[in-house]
Order: sequence, then C-alpha cells, then structure tokens
Amino acid sequence: MPMSGELRLVSVTKRFGGFTAVDDLTLTVPQGSFFALLGPSGCGKTTTLRMVAGLEEPTAGRIRLGEADITRLRPYRRPVNTVFQSYALFPHLDVFENVAFGLRRRGAPDVAGRVRQTLDLVELSGYERRRPAQLSGGQQQRVALARALINRPKVLLLDEPLGALDLKLRRQMQIELKRIQTEVGITFLHVTHDQEEAMWMAETVAVMNAGRVEQMGPPAEIYEFPATRFVATFLGKSNLLAGRVTGTAGADVTVEVAGGRFALPQPRNRASGESVLLGVRPEKVRMARPTDVVPDGHNRLPGVITDTCYAGVSTEYLIRTGWGQELSVFSSNATADSPLPPGTEIVMHWNPAHSFLLDRPQGAEPEPPEPDEVAASPGSRFEEVR
Amino acid sequence: MTALTGVTVGQAPPPATPPRPRRRLIAYLLLLPGGLWLALFFVLPMAGLASTSLYDPAGSLETGYQMTWEWRNYVDALREFWPQFARSFWYAGLATVAGLLLGYPLAYMIAFKSGRWRNLLLVLVIAPFFTSFLVRTLAWKTILADNGPVVEALRAVGLLGPDGRLLATSFAVVAGITYNFLPFMVLPLYASLEKIDRGLIEAASDLYASPATAFRRVTLPLSMPGVVAGTLLTFIPAAGDFINAELLGTPRQYMLGNVIDSAFLVRLDYPQAAALSFMLLAAILLLVFGYVRRAGTEELV
Repeated sequence: MPMSGELRLVSVTKRFGGFTAVDDLTLTVPQGSFFALLGPSGCGKTTTLRMVAGLEEPTAGRIRLGEADITRLRPYRRPVNTVFQSYALFPHLDVFENVAFGLRRRGAPDVAGRVRQTLDLVELSGYERRRPAQLSGGQQQRVALARALINRPKVLLLDEPLGALDLKLRRQMQIELKRIQTEVGITFLHVTHDQEEAMWMAETVAVMNAGRVEQMGPPAEIYEFPATRFVATFLGKSNLLAGRVTGTAGADVTVEVAGGRFALPQPRNRASGESVLLGVRPEKVRMARPTDVVPDGHNRLPGVITDTCYAGVSTEYLIRTGWGQELSVFSSNATADSPLPPGTEIVMHWNPAHSFLLDRPQGAEPEPPEPDEVAASPGSRFEEVR
Repeated sequence: MTALTGVTVGQAPPPATPPRPRRRLIAYLLLLPGGLWLALFFVLPMAGLASTSLYDPAGSLETGYQMTWEWRNYVDALREFWPQFARSFWYAGLATVAGLLLGYPLAYMIAFKSGRWRNLLLVLVIAPFFTSFLVRTLAWKTILADNGPVVEALRAVGLLGPDGRLLATSFAVVAGITYNFLPFMVLPLYASLEKIDRGLIEAASDLYASPATAFRRVTLPLSMPGVVAGTLLTFIPAAGDFINAELLGTPRQYMLGNVIDSAFLVRLDYPQAAALSFMLLAAILLLVFGYVRRAGTEELV
C-alpha cells in the first residue's frame, strides 16, 4: 500500500536534443526517508532532481507525489523545495527575508516566529540582518537549507549541497543534515557524487550511471554485494579479476582466473554468463607469508608487494599478481607492526563469502593469459584498480 | 635602499612604512596625465565660465567685459527663461520614462530570450551610432512629416484630427529625445539583467513565486543598478539637449539648451549664457545626487 507522501518516478526519461540524460528511470522514495542519488557528473542525477522540482519537464514518464501526479505541475505549485548547489540565495535580501521568501509568497501567518524558529534549527540566530555576501560558505549553506525547510515541503531536494564546502565543514554539515532530517521527518532526496557522503547519510542509495539506476538499496548492501562492475568500482574500490566460470562444487561456484582456481558461494554469484569478473574489496583481502598457514577454505593468490602507502588507520598495499595485474589490499593498523616493504612476496587470501561474481561486460577487462604466457611479457597486462 | 637595509640588520623586521612614499609617488605620477588634461580642459574653462557669468552684461565682444560680480545675471536669466528651464526637465523626464518603458522589455528580451540572436540584437541597438546624431534627428522630421505615413495613418484611424500634426509638437521633441538616447538606456539595463544568475529566478520559482512575482521580487530589484545607470545616462544629456527641439519643435518647444545656444552664438550675451549653463549644471547635479542617494540606499545591493 503506497504511503500518503511517497515520491514515485515511473519510467521517467529526459532527452536534451539527441542526448538522453535520464533513461527510463523508475524509483520510489518512501515518505520520511533520507534517499541519496549517487553518481558521477553527467549521470543524470541532477536532471532527475530538477524534474522532481519542476525545473525540467520529463520527455516521458510520470512523477507522482502520494496520490497526486505532479509531472506537469509548475515548480511554484509543487510542495517541494530545493537546496541548490550554488545556494542561489537572493543577494538583495538579508537572511531573514531570504528565509521568509516562501512563506511570504504563500501568505503564511506568523512569518517572524517561524523564521526565528528555523534559524534556530540551523543555528543561525542573530544573523537575520546580514546579507548573503557577508556570510561564510557554511553559513550560506545553512541559510539555503533554512529557506527550503521553513516551507515544510513534502520532499526536500538537495543538489550537491555540500559540494562547495571544505572537508571538515562538510563532515560537520553531514551530521547536521542528518540531525535535522531526523528532527523534521521530511523526505530528503539528496544528490551527490561523493560516495562516502551518500553512504554516511542516506538510508537508501541509488547508484546512477548514464541516466539509469545501476543498483538501489541500503548502503551496506550495495557496498558488500555490488550488482554491476560500475557500482563495484564507483562505490569504494574493488579488485576485479577477469575469469571464466568452470562449474559448481557443492554450494559453490568455481572460477578460473589465469590458471588459478577460486570458489565462492552460489548466493554471491550475480553472473549469468561464462565470462565473469571475480570481485573482492581491498579490506577483505588478508596477506600472509608464503610459509604461513592460510585459514581453511580461503581463496589464495600469491603476489609481490609493489607499493606500500601508510595512511594512519590503515596501510594500503599494491600487490602484483603472477599475470601482472595490480591488486589493492587495505590492512588495518590495529596493531603497531611495521608495514611490509615493497618487494615482499606474500600470499593474498580471502573468505569466499566476501567475494562476488559479476558478468564481465564485453571488452571491459581482458582475460589474463595462462601462467606460462605471463613469463614472456611480465607486467604487460594490468587493469585499473579502483 | 642600501642605507635602509644597513640600519635594519640584526633588528626587528622593518616596519612596513618605508616603501610607502615611493608607492604614493607612483600613484600621483599615474594620475598626472589625466589630472593635467582635466585641469587644462575642464577646471580652467569652468573657472572661465564662472567668471563670465558674473561679468557686467552691459559689455560686449567689441567693448570687452568688466568683472562686476553681477549676481543679478542669474536672477535675470531665471526670470526670463524659467519656462524653458522647466520644459527641459519635463521633456527629459518624459523621455527617460518613455525610454525605460521601451528599453526594459527590449533589454530583458535580449538578455533572457534572444538565444543565438543576442549578438545581432545588441549590434542593432548600437547600430544608430554609425550615423550622425544630426542625420538621425533629421530622419525623424521625415517620419513625422505632415504628409508622412505616420500622420496619415493616425488621421485615417481618427487618432489625429484632419489638421492634426506631429511635427513641431512636444510629442515630436520628446519622441526624438527618447529615440536618440534609447541605446544609453538599453545597454546598462542589458548589462545588469544579463548578470543575474538564472538560478535565482529558479530558486524564486521553487519558493512559490509565480513568474510575475519572481520578476517583481527578484529580477527587477537585481536590475536596479541598470535602471539607475540607464535613467541617468538618458536624463542628463536629455536635459541639456537642444538639437531635438531645434529640428523637431518650434520656439514654443525650446529647451534651455536652445536658449544657451542662442545666447552664446546668436545674441552673443556671454554672461547670460554662462549663468544659464551654470544653473543647468547645478540643477542636474542636485537632481542626480538626490536620485542616486535614494536609489542607492534603498534598492542597490
């Protein structure tokens, strides 16, 4: 049963001339949820947001808010407000009048009281008479948020609202935004290209690429079990090994990569074809000395450390496999052991349940050669590791 | 410089003052050419004009003028020519309002709606400058002529009586002034409209403002610098104009510019001409000062 205020996009398409910005997009944003549209620039996420705001009209498809079809409604008639990427604060009005703008247009009562209350919420009391130009970036951001929130929209649209802030302020505003969302209970539709921001803040993340949603779900689900090669590399890093499915062994699928055999449980398999990508996140990979004992049932892959980057909480290693591909391994610095130097021969191993299997897109990764071919051209083939 | 560094060795960092006089000197040097130009061709003639305005009006070019501090020149000139004085500001005001009403939609259209025609339209706005001011005003004589198409059309629809005419009326003069100064209105308006971030208008629309309200609350206030600049650039030269009244009007439409023109060049009454010039200057300065102060404190960012 649809809730009264959920936002639904049904087969929405937007074309600009010959370019398809949003391609047959269908998604549902539950009422009161914090929903993030995540994707690289040009993936259509901002266009999607602008269509919900009414600033662009879909070429095809419908947008519904609860029971109402708002597809063709003018922006000033929609119960939706936007926090713009550039904030778009009115430079000729002070903070008070900026925040009061929406209320005044609708002739709402008690403008002064509600403005005061909203400025309290974003912790900007005392700034009423300042002009936007006299505020810092973070303060302007909060005015933009207050100006939208005060209208109690059914959906609040946030278009990369933190993009212009420096890292520290961004972290602080992320916490603030989450607090405010919980406090007011309004649906937040947040557009961002920052995967950490999306995972940190949203209950549901939709990863967009080339106008389509590649995967949608809670952040942990998407991260732990990405549905496509794009999601696996855009959301965090993934080591992707190009191989072939060779069969099944009990509840496991077996995969061959450059002569080596790997297994993983059937539920971790999203591949339908034979040529596949075996994926494993860098922090899921452990390292052992060649002489060490590797836990039972783990997949094993020998390699040589080519680079060691100490990053405080963890150390990031680049490890070259026998066929010349460089894999990434994050090792937690929970103990004070000194990092392994480049040149060390190690064995990578991981729990099969931590890996995943995807279909290999045509022409994406070349399959590594068999080991004997490798000797002839060491290091000549490697793939991008993200 | 070496002496300075010798003194500061081993001491606290030198104060920031030493390079200052030098920098100031450079600033003055840069001001010098412009300053000299203004002194020679503006301040000096103004002083000359000021003293001329106080000469004994009994003198003439042949007999020479006596400096008698004749303040009465001002009183006499004003008493004699106050209708032209008032008409100057009335016509200039009418032309400014007409220019704003014509120019704002035009500038708005070029800034927001013209797309790829923008540059062509801007060239068309400036194109009249390629011919002389005089020729363009004379062309209006033809346009508004008694047997011209405009008058004939207006007579046909009854908006003008059978003997009604446009030429040699106040309408002709104001229309001429409006036309001649329209580019000075359109260009600053265009510049300030074009600068407005479209995102602000989208934001207004997102915040429940209909297009008309968004224009009134956002676009118009943000274009006020252009409105102020455009109206000043139209009003100031229009108040001192005499060509339009001369060519499109009759002595009954004469403005202060015509009086000054004839006092200087026909009647050769230099003291009176100088006094009138000074009064026009003072009146324009006062009006502009008051206007900018009002507009500046209330509307400008």
